[in-house]
Amino acid sequence: MKTFKIGGVHPEAQKLSNEVSVETFPLPKQATVFVTQSLGAPAVPVVAKGDKVKVGQLLAKAEAFICANVHSPFSGTVNKIEPVADFTGYKKSAIVIDVEGDEWDESIDTTEDIVSEIKLNREEIIERMKACGIVGLGGACFPTHVKYMLPPGKSADFILVNAAECEPYITTDYRMMLEQTEACLIGVEALLIASGAKQALIGIENNKPEAIKKLKEAVKTHPKIEIVPLKTKYPQGAEKQLIQALTGRTVPNGKLPIDVGCIVNNIATTHAVYEAVQKNKPLIETYTTITGKKLEKRKNYKIRLGTPLKDVLDTVGIPENTGKIISGGPMMGKAIANTNTFFVKGMSSILFLDASESKRVPESGCIRCGKCIQACPMGLEPYLFRMLAVQHRLEDLEAHGIMNCIECGCCQSGCPAHIPLLDTVKTGKSQTGTMIKSRQAKKS
Amino acid sequence: MSGNVIILAVIVLGIIGLTAAVLLFFISKAFKVEENPMIDEVAALLPGANCGGCGFAGCRGLAEAIVKSGNIGELRCPAGGNSTMENIAKLMGLEAVAAAPVIAVVRCNGTCENAPAKVNYDSMPSCFFANSLYAGASACPYGCLGCGDCVEACRFDAIHIDPVTKLPVVDENLCVGCGACAKTCPRHIIELRDKGTSGRVYVACMNKEKGAAAKKNCSAACIGCGKCAKNCPAEAITVENNLAYIDFRKCTLCQTCVSGCPTGAIHFSGATSEPEMEQKADE
Amino acid sequence: MSENLLQVSGAPHVHNGESTKRIMWTVVIALLPAFMVSIFYFGLPAIILTAISVGSCVLFEYLIQKFVLKTKPTISDGSAVVTGILLAFNVPSNLSWWLVILGAFVAIGIAKMAFGGLGNNLFNPALVARVFLLISFPVQMTTWPEAKPIWNFGFADVVTGPTPLGILKEGVKNGGTVSQLMGSESMPDYLQMLVGQMGGSFGEVSAIAILIGAIFLLCRKVITWHIPVSFLLTAFVFAGILWLVDPTQYATPWFHLLSGGMMLGACFMATDMVTSPMSARGMLIFGFGCGVLTIIIRLFGAYPEGVSFSILIMNALVPLINKAFKPTPYSKQ
Repeated sequence: MKTFKIGGVHPEAQKLSNEVSVETFPLPKQATVFVTQSLGAPAVPVVAKGDKVKVGQLLAKAEAFICANVHSPFSGTVNKIEPVADFTGYKKSAIVIDVEGDEWDESIDTTEDIVSEIKLNREEIIERMKACGIVGLGGACFPTHVKYMLPPGKSADFILVNAAECEPYITTDYRMMLEQTEACLIGVEALLIASGAKQALIGIENNKPEAIKKLKEAVKTHPKIEIVPLKTKYPQGAEKQLIQALTGRTVPNGKLPIDVGCIVNNIATTHAVYEAVQKNKPLIETYTTITGKKLEKRKNYKIRLGTPLKDVLDTVGIPENTGKIISGGPMMGKAIANTNTFFVKGMSSILFLDASESKRVPESGCIRCGKCIQACPMGLEPYLFRMLAVQHRLEDLEAHGIMNCIECGCCQSGCPAHIPLLDTVKTGKSQTGTMIKSRQAKKS
Repeated sequence: MSGNVIILAVIVLGIIGLTAAVLLFFISKAFKVEENPMIDEVAALLPGANCGGCGFAGCRGLAEAIVKSGNIGELRCPAGGNSTMENIAKLMGLEAVAAAPVIAVVRCNGTCENAPAKVNYDSMPSCFFANSLYAGASACPYGCLGCGDCVEACRFDAIHIDPVTKLPVVDENLCVGCGACAKTCPRHIIELRDKGTSGRVYVACMNKEKGAAAKKNCSAACIGCGKCAKNCPAEAITVENNLAYIDFRKCTLCQTCVSGCPTGAIHFSGATSEPEMEQKADE
Repeated sequence: MSENLLQVSGAPHVHNGESTKRIMWTVVIALLPAFMVSIFYFGLPAIILTAISVGSCVLFEYLIQKFVLKTKPTISDGSAVVTGILLAFNVPSNLSWWLVILGAFVAIGIAKMAFGGLGNNLFNPALVARVFLLISFPVQMTTWPEAKPIWNFGFADVVTGPTPLGILKEGVKNGGTVSQLMGSESMPDYLQMLVGQMGGSFGEVSAIAILIGAIFLLCRKVITWHIPVSFLLTAFVFAGILWLVDPTQYATPWFHLLSGGMMLGACFMATDMVTSPMSARGMLIFGFGCGVLTIIIRLFGAYPEGVSFSILIMNALVPLINKAFKPTPYSKQ
């Protein structure tokens, strides 16, 4: 069975909400839509206070190269545009909408019918993805259309679809594969057209046998798509690891997947692409797992962007003694510092950790066991990074390849001395990156 | 027999020693680096803390720069201050420009009481990292994170985190104004201000949010009301982006603003801080 | 106050539960089979010496941390216990109690704490102490009580005898051939060597018991296979080549694997996390060096046994090995 070559860990899967079908979360009374919903620059609002908006109407336009359009997930009136705190507590520009009814833009096909035939050509599909504000839903929220604007001289051999869902707890991709099988595959077909690639490989970890079975059955009518079961190991879904697992190719340092002829997308993104290409529906919803060991009402929700997080927390009820709430999975997700915030693109999970497992164990001295090295899927030396980062030796950090760190957290999750390895590595990486940038700026 | 061994050992070791000495002599000749001895002399006059306040990597860097350029000009050791610069000038036969001594000032008053914590930070004790993770325990995105990067940066042991307020406190006597703390603070809360003879007045807040938003997280925040600017007899105060700033070049230390600030965001501190003492006594 | 607040921390938010404490106590458990065998063959003194060694190691660590370094004592992490057991395992069972305490002081005080405590020591503390004792008190450290099953044990007459390696070293030096010496009366046969009925430091005699412990450690992922396998394999191959060259001068490779501290050294001493290399390739090199040096010292050196010396020498090379043998980066695969 295929997997990536070195490192990796096996965190407890905890797929507690596996069997819960996706539910649509009810509309809120007031919603707040951030204009920054992707990696890169913020989008520029095109509506003003008092404007009436419909579902799917453009709210903020992407003007920078790496940026994604933001559409209204609701119909109603724009109440105000002001800075609002996101889950970190930092304020970002957001559009507040008073929700009135649920009136959709006429250009959007709101029926449940599956549209199989793809009528758009390559350029039109890319343009549609851009117009609909599709971003990578694996977590990084990179605008998808940018990936398909291939640099001159480069071509794609493979579309790789990440259906590994290697993060513990999260189950939305799994539900998506079971419930929206055909839609996802049509999305993949659209991506094949958009890229000019000959083949698409969907990588699924073998702890999801039902999804593998269902997809294998469904791809019989899609000759260009192949389902590849993968050995369960975290971080299978990381771009570089998935490429290695599926194609055996390795992305050289500082290069992009397209340099080895691959484009990687998440399975949830393919669904969003399907909706955009076939139904002209912009990305206005997020599929989110609400889970936690102590949570009784575990859910897989389809939530409109901009819905207050508080509404969801009130609906499911925060379990007693919750010590930490995480947006995303427990390995790479971010702790929520401000619960008074709103759903954004790519918020794939809300995870409640009990107080007993949320407080970190105090660190003790490094015993040089080398477990961080064994766990690192990039073949790096986290213990060394930590040592160098503490001493601010940025040149040495660069020489030892800190910029290749993918921040998967494998090192820290298995450190017997409970050293906050990833904290220090992230700090060192960020400072080294700044140093490299200023050096390049000096040169040019 | 034993005598022979001793003589043999002495001869062998002697030859080894001699050869090594000759080799070393020639090697040191061959690889000798010519350097202006003046650099060493200047470096000896510098404090040797390598704080980086001068803009060079260490004291030697500054010494080299001074000697190589042949004049002092803008080069300055903030840690050593005027006396050090005079000594160097004397040594080099140059004229030193005296500069007013500066001191680090912490422009945040988000104590545990003024800005109560809403979440608990549980990661590496680094302001840099905390800054990348969240807005702060009190949710003020401009406030002190309290992890002590400034304490670590200080080579003079002049700044410490107060265990009660969780804010850094500058030791007036030890701070040399090198600015290492100001450079390292990810939120630029620490400012170098004129030390002054009798103290200094400053706005202990960096919050640029609108008044209500700032006040929500911290009762001691500057709300940008502009009262201080209006009442300042020296016209030293400007309000920009909802935040007051006192120009220390114009400030006369009259302290009208300190008592007049509705949130108590303006502070006076100094060696002879009598008005503050009185105020405390009143409370 | 902060109890009820939500925690904010960087990813990852889960941990696999591994801890230094768990690792150390797992090693202690893995050492139990060898301890049982030593009780079986050497009786009460084995228990007493182990207790003294462990007790004094823990005490020294506590005292040094509390009063010299003024830090919070971390004796519950079990590392001092492991050092204590390993030190005891590396001495003859009739060693005076005060020598063991001296050894414990050298191990903890000099080899461990002076270097900065757990994680910072360059050399394996137990081995430093053993070599210190061996060089300072050669007579006491090389007077080996004979291994006798516990029912034959009498306090009154402790019979001492040489170790298999000692017999060989002396014999070959005096002009004997290996086959003659192997046939001599005091030489144990392979089966006896396997289960541990031979003279030697009381914890190192039983290859079987040590292997059981090592397999346990492997299963619990406390150690990896690299060091023991490369150590033993190198020693086996190297000794085998010499044996093929001149079987009258050099013993069989089997003999080398089963005698002396080879098993204990390869499975428990060389694999000490703190003093062994970090990457897989580094570990292989480390084991290779240990194997070669052991055989060289055993066959050509002044001492009959070379495991401790070889591991200590390789310990000193670990920083270099760590620099030279990095893990293979992703991009080079």
